[in-house]
Amino acid sequence: MTVATDQLESSLDEPLEIAGRKFTSRLIVGTGKYRDNETMVRAITASGTEIVTVAVRRVDLDRTKEEGILHHLDPDKWFLLPNTAGCYEADDAIRYARLAREAGFTDWIKLEVIGDEESLLPDVAGLLEATRTLVSDGFKVLAYTNEDLITALKLEDAGVAAVMPLASPIGSGLGLLNPYHIRLIKSRLEVPVIVDAGVGTASDACLTMEQGVDGILMNTAIAAARDPVGMATAMREATVAGRLAYLSGRMPRRELAVPSSPTTGMLD
Amino acid sequence: MSEDTVSIVLNGEEREVPAGLNVRELLSHLGLQEGAVVVELNREIVRREGYDAVEIEPGDTIELVHFVGGG
Repeated sequence: MTVATDQLESSLDEPLEIAGRKFTSRLIVGTGKYRDNETMVRAITASGTEIVTVAVRRVDLDRTKEEGILHHLDPDKWFLLPNTAGCYEADDAIRYARLAREAGFTDWIKLEVIGDEESLLPDVAGLLEATRTLVSDGFKVLAYTNEDLITALKLEDAGVAAVMPLASPIGSGLGLLNPYHIRLIKSRLEVPVIVDAGVGTASDACLTMEQGVDGILMNTAIAAARDPVGMATAMREATVAGRLAYLSGRMPRRELAVPSSPTTGMLD
Repeated sequence: MSEDTVSIVLNGEEREVPAGLNVRELLSHLGLQEGAVVVELNREIVRREGYDAVEIEPGDTIELVHFVGGG
């Protein structure tokens, strides 16, 4: 099945292009919350992703915890996309982005400016402020945002490399709550639209990709599954399936049945 | 505080380290590999090429960060 879909995908689809860089997989995967690093590496390998997100945190000077994630992730195998998760102010996010650039030798940043601890929804004013500073500082900003067209347009205006509207709140697993708004954003933007956060299971990923977006980013749905490697495989297939379904053009919806078999030639 | 140590704030905690260390020596004192961390000294990033020239002063605030798993 995997071989067949890969062949179909390559013949029907084009690569995902972000800031001039091309990727075959449209699935981006986070590296947080895995029970151990070995499971994390196996899961992201199974997902087929080419981009993985990482966070910036203090080194544990007492060595009670694991070493940095670069001991486990080969940067030649996966493109590392640092985030500014946990930042509630534009200035904090800018500080984290600069530290990330130094740590990862990359000017790509998944920019999060969070507005509220309970919902982890974005602070769009802070997001726009941080975006403008980081873009003028040469960063390729992939902006985590609400599923709001106006914010998405402002982010594009500000020079982001991609807009990343949420499917539902981070870690909620509620799936795609506002497909209409996601389609609206996709229909109006030139830069890639990558749905980030909220996916719970494979059907959510498939439904999201069926909206025509350029990619999808998830972490908890894989990391918190009972079998993360199995779920990563499911997400890989679902992302491809949703993309192919979108490219293939779904049949129109009808209120009433239409027979699939001939209505003629029936026996008396 | 003895004469041959200085007090700094390291990753949010006050800490005594030997006096007169530069950044490279501080990392080595802490047993950290240079390539594995980013150094922020009083809110300014210290680039790797500056590790020998930048000395740790009493009262400095230092953050040592790296990549961890995240979404």
